[in-house]
Amino acid sequence: MLSSEDTINQTQAVLNAENVDIYYGDFLALKGIYMEIPKNKVTAFIGPSGCGKSTLLRCYNRLNDLIPVFKLNGKITYHGQNLYDQDVDPVQVRRRIGMVFQKPNPFPKSIYENITFGAKINGFKGDFDQLVEESLRGAALWEEVKDKLKQNGMSISGGQQQRLCIARTIALKPDVILMDEPCAALDPISTLKVEELIHQLKEEYTIIIVTHNMQQAARVADYTGFFNVRVTEEGKRQGYLAEHDLTEVIFQNPKEEATKQYVSGRFG
Amino acid sequence: MTSEFISEQFDPGSLKKNTKDPRTLFGLIMSGIAGTFMVMAIIPLIIILLYLLIQGISSISPSVFIELPPPPMVEGGGFGNALLGTVIMVSIGALISVPIGILAAIFLSEYSGGQIANWIRFATNVLSGVPSIIIGVFAFGAIVLTFKTYSAWAGGFALSILMLPIIIRTTEEALKLVPQEVRQASVGIGANDFQTVLFVVMPAAIPAILTGVTLAIARAAGDTAALLFTALFTQFWPNWENKLAEPTASLAVLVYNFAIVPFKNQQALAWAAAFILVLLVLLTSIISRLATSKRQF
Ligand SMILES: Nc1ncnc2c1ncn2[C@@H]1O[C@H](COP(=O)(O)OP(=O)(O)OP(=O)(O)O)[C@@H](O)[C@H]1O
Ligand SMILES: [Mg+2]
Repeated sequence: MLSSEDTINQTQAVLNAENVDIYYGDFLALKGIYMEIPKNKVTAFIGPSGCGKSTLLRCYNRLNDLIPVFKLNGKITYHGQNLYDQDVDPVQVRRRIGMVFQKPNPFPKSIYENITFGAKINGFKGDFDQLVEESLRGAALWEEVKDKLKQNGMSISGGQQQRLCIARTIALKPDVILMDEPCAALDPISTLKVEELIHQLKEEYTIIIVTHNMQQAARVADYTGFFNVRVTEEGKRQGYLAEHDLTEVIFQNPKEEATKQYVSGRFG
Repeated sequence: MTSEFISEQFDPGSLKKNTKDPRTLFGLIMSGIAGTFMVMAIIPLIIILLYLLIQGISSISPSVFIELPPPPMVEGGGFGNALLGTVIMVSIGALISVPIGILAAIFLSEYSGGQIANWIRFATNVLSGVPSIIIGVFAFGAIVLTFKTYSAWAGGFALSILMLPIIIRTTEEALKLVPQEVRQASVGIGANDFQTVLFVVMPAAIPAILTGVTLAIARAAGDTAALLFTALFTQFWPNWENKLAEPTASLAVLVYNFAIVPFKNQQALAWAAAFILVLLVLLTSIISRLATSKRQF
C-alpha cells in the first residue's frame, strides 16, 4: 500500500496490518487494510468522520476487546507477533502500546497517583518520585504542576489534563503511543504544546495520531494515512485506507483524486 | 412599497407582566398550589421534631445514656443498654450487608449484562419493598429457631436484610455514574478488570457509596418490627460473656415497649429515647449529605 517503498524500507515496521477487516456485529466498518507503521516516526490518520480511524487505532492496543460485538479478521502484527493470537495477553499489549484519548480522562486521583498507578499495577519497583518527575517533564508539564502533585488530576486545566494523560502513558515506558484526536478539546496554545511534545517524543516512541486538523497532520506527521468511506451496493458505509504515504506526498502530490480533494478541503 | 414599510412605526409590544393573561394566571395559581402542598408535606416533619423535642428534652440528662431502664414507678434510670444494643446490632447489620451489597453492585454494574442483572435488580426492588415485620419473621425462623435463642446476632441479621437492597441500589447507581472514559483509561494502561474496578472505579464512587451506607444505617437504626422477633428486649446490658446470644435491648423496641405502659417514668424515657433516635437519624443524614458533596461525578 505504501508507495514510497524506498523510504519505508529504511525504517523497521513496528505495527503491520495485513488484510484486516473489522466488524461491529454484521456491520463491516473497515475493509481490506494493509498498513505498515514505521518505527520512531509519527503517522497521522486522516479522513472523514466515521471512516474508521478510531476503530483501527483501538485495534492496535486491543481496546476494542471491551466492545462485545467487535470482530477482527486478518492479522495485525507487532514486531512480527500477531496481536490477535489466542495466547496473547491484552494487558501485555497495552503496556507496550499506550493510548491517549480524545477527551482528557485523568483518573480521579492526585496528579502523583495518576502517574504512579500504571507503574504500580505493572509491578514497577523503582523510585516513584523520580518516575513522576521524569514523566511530567517528558510531557512538558512538570514546571506547571510540581508544587501541586497532591492535587486531584481533574482539578487542572483541560490542556494540562491532556498532558497529564500523556505523562501517564509515557510513565509506562511504552514502545508505541496511540493518540485519538488528542487536541480536539484543547485551545490553540495547549495544542501547540502537545504538538511540540509529539516532536520530542518521536525520538523515543512510535506515534500514531488521529486528527481532523489538516495543518496539524502536516506539522507533526512524517507519514499520513488517508482513510475514506465508500457506499456499498446495499447502501452500507464502509471504511478503507485510500492512500498512505509520506506526509509531503499526501499533501502536495497525492495519487488519489479523493485525497487531493480532502486535504484541500474540497471534500464531498 | 419600501417607503410604506418605513413609515409604519414598529411596535415591539409591552414587556410588562400581564396578570390578566390566562397563561400567567394559570402559572401563578399552579405555583400557589404547589407551594401549599410543599408546606403541608413539611408540616408533619416539623411537628414531629418539635413534639419530640418538647416531650423528650426534659427527661434527657447525662445519666440516661449510661444507666439501665428503671422498673415501674422508680425515678431515674436510662436507656444505656438500648443505645449500646442499637449500635451493636446496626454494626452487625452493616458488617454483613455492606460487603455483600457492594460486591453485588459491582457485579451488576461492571460484569453482568442482560437478563441475569435484570433479575437481580428486580429481586432487589422486591426485597426493598418487603415490610420489615416479614423480614423479622424470616430471621426468627432462620436464626432464632435454629439457635433456640433471641440474640443480637439475629437482630443484626434481620437489619442486614433491610439494609442490603438500599446499599446495592445506591452503590450500583454510584458506579454507573463513573464515566466510561475513566475505565477505558485504566484498561488502556494495562490494568485488568479487577484492578480497574478496585483501584479506579470504586475510589471515585466512594462518596456516593457512603451516602447509601449511611441511609441504610439510618433505616436500620429506626426499625422496630425486624427486632421484635429477633432481639426482643431486656432490662440488662448486652451480655458479652454469653457472646451476645441473649435478648438484646434496642432504642426502637424500647420506645415501643415504654410508650404503651401506664408508668410516667417509663413513658418519659420513651420520649427521650425517641428524641435520641431521631437525632441519630438526622446525624446520619447530615453525614450522608457531607459525603454527597464530595462526589466527583
Ligand atoms: N462501538 C461501536 N459499535 C458499533 N459500531 C461502531 C462502534 N464504534 C464505531 N462504530 C462504527 O464504525 C464506524 C467507524 O467509526 P469510528 O469511530 O472508527 O470512526 P472515526 O473515523 O474515528 O470517526 P470520527 O472522525 O468521527 O471520530 C462508524 O460507522 C461507526 O458508526
Ligand atoms: Mg474517532
